[in-house]
This record gives sequence, C-alpha cells and structure tokens, in this order.
Amino acid sequence: MSTSDSWGRFPRVEQRTRALVWRSDALPAVDGALLPHGLGRSYGDSCLNAGGTVLLTAGLDRLIDFDPATGVVRCEAGVSLDTLLRLCVPRGWFLPVTPGTKFVTVGGAIANDVHGKNHHRAGTFGRFVRRFELLRSDGSRRLCSPEENPDWFGATIGGLGLTGLVTWAEVQLSPIRNPFVVQETVPFDNLDGFLRVSAESEPDHDFTMSWVDCLARGRKLGRGLFYRGNFAPTQFERLPLAKSHLSHGSGLAVPMDLPGFCLNRLSVSAFNFLYYHLERGRPSRRLVHYDPFFYPLDSVNGWNRIYGRRGFLQFQCVVPHATARDALKELLERSARGGLPSFLSVLKTFGNLRSPGWLSFPRPGYTLAMDFANQGEKTWRLVEELDRVTRDAGGAVYPAKDARMSPESFAAYFPQRERFKAYLDPAFSSSFWRRVNPVPLPSLEGRGDAAPPASLLALR
Amino acid sequence: MKKVIILGATSAIAQATVRLLAARGASLYLVGRNAANLEAVARDATTRGAQKVEFRSLDLNDCEAHASLVERAWQALGGLDGAVLAHGVLGDQEESQRSWAAAEVVLRTNFLSAASLLTELANRFEAQKAGTLVVISSVAGDRGRQSNYVYGASKGALTVFLQGMRNRLAKSGVAVVTVKPGFVDTPMTAHVPKNKLFASPEQVARGLLKAADKRKNEVYVPGFWALIMLIIRSIPEPVFKRLKL
Ligand SMILES: Cc1cc2nc3c(=O)[nH]c(=O)nc-3n(C[C@H](O)[C@H](O)[C@H](O)COP(=O)(O)OP(=O)(O)OC[C@H]3O[C@@H](n4cnc5c(N)ncnc54)[C@H](O)[C@@H]3O)c2cc1C
Repeated sequence: MSTSDSWGRFPRVEQRTRALVWRSDALPAVDGALLPHGLGRSYGDSCLNAGGTVLLTAGLDRLIDFDPATGVVRCEAGVSLDTLLRLCVPRGWFLPVTPGTKFVTVGGAIANDVHGKNHHRAGTFGRFVRRFELLRSDGSRRLCSPEENPDWFGATIGGLGLTGLVTWAEVQLSPIRNPFVVQETVPFDNLDGFLRVSAESEPDHDFTMSWVDCLARGRKLGRGLFYRGNFAPTQFERLPLAKSHLSHGSGLAVPMDLPGFCLNRLSVSAFNFLYYHLERGRPSRRLVHYDPFFYPLDSVNGWNRIYGRRGFLQFQCVVPHATARDALKELLERSARGGLPSFLSVLKTFGNLRSPGWLSFPRPGYTLAMDFANQGEKTWRLVEELDRVTRDAGGAVYPAKDARMSPESFAAYFPQRERFKAYLDPAFSSSFWRRVNPVPLPSLEGRGDAAPPASLLALR
Repeated sequence: MKKVIILGATSAIAQATVRLLAARGASLYLVGRNAANLEAVARDATTRGAQKVEFRSLDLNDCEAHASLVERAWQALGGLDGAVLAHGVLGDQEESQRSWAAAEVVLRTNFLSAASLLTELANRFEAQKAGTLVVISSVAGDRGRQSNYVYGASKGALTVFLQGMRNRLAKSGVAVVTVKPGFVDTPMTAHVPKNKLFASPEQVARGLLKAADKRKNEVYVPGFWALIMLIIRSIPEPVFKRLKL
C-alpha cells in the first residue's frame, strides 16, 4: 500500500498499484477492488481506490492504426491525447473533443466522457468513439460500439471506470486545415453580458469559453472575458506545419508546494483584477497556435501545487437554460462571499447534442467550474451550498471534479444510475463510487434530504 | 541506421528505441518471444511512421535458429545496416546460487545467445563493410558483486566480447556500440523500489540512439553512471570483498 492522491491533491488514500503492459494480458488477480487509472487528471476521488488496487494504464500506450484518409485512429487505452495530437496534427486531423489538458488518456476521456470548448457544436468525446474493447474481471472481452453490445457501450462511456477495463478504442478525428486558431476575446461586464455574447457567438464559432472574475460583485457580478475561435482557414496553410509540434508545455514547473500564505484573498483578487484588465487591453483578434489556445494550463507543470499540501476542491456544475440566470447568479454570489474565492472560474454553454453515455455529465445548459483552496470546514460548507443551488436548479455536478457530493445529490444528478448498476464489474470499484453509494448506516437513516455535515462527508 | 533488426523487441528499452526509429522512417525487423505482444509493437511502429515493419516470434535461446533468422531479416528488409540487441533476463541471484539450471538460463540468454547472434551479424556487416551493432550490456558487468554476480558475469562477458569485436571490425568500418544502462524503470524491475537513480526506458533509448548515430564505443546511460562505476571499479579488492554490495 502506498499513499496516492489525485489532481486536486485531496483526498489522500492508501492503495496498491499494478502496472498493465500488454493489451492481450489478463487482469491481475488481487485481493480487493480494482480500478483503472489513466494520467490521474481527475480532481477528486473518482480515480482513487482506497484499500484496493489501481491498474496503471500508462504502459498501454501503443498506437494500432491510423488512416490519414478518413481520420480514424485506433490505439490502446493508455495513449495520451498529447500522443494523438503529435500523430494527427501534421496529417491534418485534430481531436474531435478535447478537455483543457492534453495529458489525459483515451481511456480516461471515455470513462469521464470529457467535453471541450466545442460542446455546443460537437457534444462529448463519447460521440466520436466508434468502438472499443472492454475486458471484464471474468476474463471476457467484448467489442462495444453503437451497434455491437450497445448497452455495454452506453454504460462504459461516462462509466467512471467501473464497468471493466477499456483495452483499446477507435476514435473518429476531425479534419483541420492548419494548426492555428483565429481567436477573439470579447470582454463582458456582467452575467447578462455573458449570456448575450454567448448566444451571439455560438452559431458561428466552433470553440467558446469564458473566464469569469470571481470577485466582481454587485453590478459587475459575472464580468469576464469571452474567448471564441475557429481553426484558421486554408489561406493560412503556408504557415510552417512543423510548428504544430511546437509544444509550449514543460518549460515552467512549480517546484514545490507553495505555502498557504501565498494564496489569500488579496493575491487572488489582485490576480483576477490584473488578468481582466491586461487581457482587456490586448488586441481582440489573434492567430494563435492550438497548444496555448486549448491547453493554457499545460504550460506550467504541476500547477496544482500552488494550492499547497492541503490541495483544493474543484466544483463544476451544469444548470439548465430555464433556471440558469438565477442559479449562476447565486453560485457566483456565494463563491465571491464565502471563503477563499476561486482563482480560475470558467463558464461555458453546453449544447443539446446527446451523448451515448448513460452517466455522461454534460447536458443542455451552462456549465461553471471553480477551484477552491482547501481551507477545511469553511470551504466544504461553501461547496456544499453550491451543490445545493445546483440541485435546486435541476442541474448536475461533474464526478471527475468532485470529492464530496452526497449520495442523494449523485442520485438526483444521474437518473440512469440504476440501469447502470447492472453493468458494474463486480471486481471494480472506486473511492468515489463507495462514497456516493454507501452501505446504509442505521444512524443516518431518516435524515431525509438534509445535507450531512461536511465533517462527516470528509470521513467517507 | 535505416534497416534495423531489433532482438528482444518487446522489452521496454527496445520498444522505446523502436518508436524513435519508426519516427525516423526506418525499416524494422522485430524479434521477440510473444507473437501477440510483438504484433502490438509492430503496429505501433507502423502507425508511427516506420517505412516497413516485419516481425517474427522466436525464443532467442535457440541458437541453432540464429543463422536462418538473420537470413530472413536480411531478405525481408533487403539487407541490414543496423542491429539492436536488447533481449535479456535479470534472473534471481539467490536462485542462481542454489541451482545451476537457473544460473545457466541467465548466462545463456544474456551472453551465449547474444554472442551467437553477434557472430552472424558481424560476419555479414564485415563483408559489406558497413553497419552498426548496438548492444545493451549493463553497469552490472563492470564489477562482480555478491548481490547479482551471475547477471553481472553474463553482461561482463558480453562487454568483453564486444570489445574484441570492435577491435576486429574497426578496419571494416563497422561500429560496435556497447550501451551500459544503470537502473531502468521497466517491467523487469517492477518489484524493485524506485529511487532517483532510475531512468525511464525513453531516456535510455534516446541515449542509445545518440550513441549509435555518433558511432560511440562504450556509453553509460544516463551519463552519471560513468562516474559511479569509476568509483566502484577503483575500490581495492581487499576492501571491496568486505562490502555489502
Ligand atoms: C487542467 C485540467 C483541465 C481539464 N479540463 C477538462 C475539460 O475541459 N473537460 C472535461 O471534461 N474534463 C476536464 N478535465 C478533467 C479530465 O479531462 C478528466 O478527469 C479525464 O478523465 C482525466 O483522464 P485521465 O487519463 O487522467 O484519467 P484518470 O483521472 O486517471 O481516471 C479517470 C477515470 O477514467 C477511468 N479510466 C482510466 N483509464 C481507463 C480504462 N482504460 N478503462 C476504463 N476506465 C478507465 C478511471 O477509472 C477513472 O474513473 C480537466 C483536468 C485538468 C487537470
């Protein structure tokens, strides 16, 4: 057993690790539960397995096939999106959907059914998965696609690694003409400004997202910067293609955990204020390489360490269009008021393209993501309140970024969970899964809908 | 190296080397024991841009088969100008002390089979007056230690064999490159607790190819092992034999 944590550095658990090397190998026989593990870019406990074993998939990193004519790539599940980009960008293809970091595996992208800046146009990653192989603890191997074993396909996309191990997958890429993006930045003064720019930008921009100043209050509540972009058209084709490999990552690194006093209300507000005003002054239309456009955070290795040893809690929710305005207002107000405000807050529209995944998080509406340094009870209480606002608005919280949602919230957010349970692999489990599906404790019964105290949540 | 035979192609260091060669558009002939795993490596290499990839599964301890193996590879790629010998076993020192059979497997795999393959390859390279032989030996071959002298002896013998071969082939323009990695984080060392001395297979592969490109004689990868081994080699035997190493 050794101590591990996830990207949010909270919680820390004791678990064993086993490295997988060959896709044709059987699953290792171990005591206790198994859970696949990609690059650990999930924030909370959905990629952790306290007391059990995580199967490291980093060794399953072989490419199987790539057809430059159709843009279909087949690879082992531990291949990173970074590897796929290096392969496909020089040949005129791009990931159909990408999260804000390229250091995630294909298996992890399937298990969380990740979304990107183009959700309003493309939907989730799972929509571009043509098929994959699912290896179960009983030794069976199933080819899953929308046609073959469609139930297993639906359960595994967004299935949080609990239906078995995805050994390899086939993904449809999207064509691009060159690796550069025409990016525009539009400042907005408040939440209504965001809703307006968003509505007018979505029809003709493939990629959109906004950074929100989490400290602005009153009339400025929800002010921020709207980024929108499209891959540059063919006339830019003569730009050197070799630049597509220009990786701006791994230059900087956070060498150690920053002590708590570096992050306080003052430094966070100074950062947010400066960022808003500096960016506001920049030219609004620019040609940028895909790397800084899609992966701004990847340029600082280990940026999660700025939050220090106690880590941080991410909170990402989606709220439906009908209730969005009030709910977003309340979420932003509460986070500006309570505890240490969020450094980076991101707002974006989800479109209504449905994912094949039963437990997929994205759904039509607006999604807001915030980071909160873990300052114990007060942070927990704040995030718990945000969760409640989300629930009341008929929204959902993203498991990949969660370390604390209650079983009741999980049930409310994922109505298909009962159907999903029949497809769980009996040998697989995760800290997250045990937390949101606890064995009922007599002392907790009958508490109805009341939120359990944060300290109790922390124990699970 | 444009047409390369890789022996022990499913080992972690070999796989990393295959990827680098594939990205350069080399043609590859891969040899390993497990056909399914070999095919996985071959497809990876093809997808990453190798010009041509062929593979054959074979137990390399079968020295009788070496001549025909090299002949087949030669035919398949239309000649060879490079070879990477990466097959090997770590063995278990305690078991090797208890049983000669266990020790023999280590010596046979790491030294005898390598020597046999090198004999085949060297003769062909010498005849065409071109080619690069890259062989993975080990820092463990620099001095015998109680904790792994059977493995160390197999690699030490290999190192000496290569020295002689380099001496012989110098006049024919054939390069013989001895690569001595230290600890490498691979499935072979999965059971060993890792520390700062461990290198990744990719790191070793990059060092290996750099040495091959420059036609170096002997290289330590990572380079700091040269210093460590210099110190270890220079400890006087009367002192060394009392150390617990
Ligand atoms: C900076 C940053 C930005 C991000 N931006 C976004 C974003 O924009 N959109 C978004 O959706 N997410 C985003 N994320 C979250 C991230 O995309 C997901 O958490 C992703 O799933 C992580 O993949 P991973 O390979 O690191 O997997 P891990 O975090 O290690 O594991 C994630 C899940 O995948 C399962 N899994 C892994 N491999 C397999 C397999 N082979 N078979 C079956 N199950 C498997 C695990 O069991 C676990 O449940 C971001 C994360 C970071 C750090």
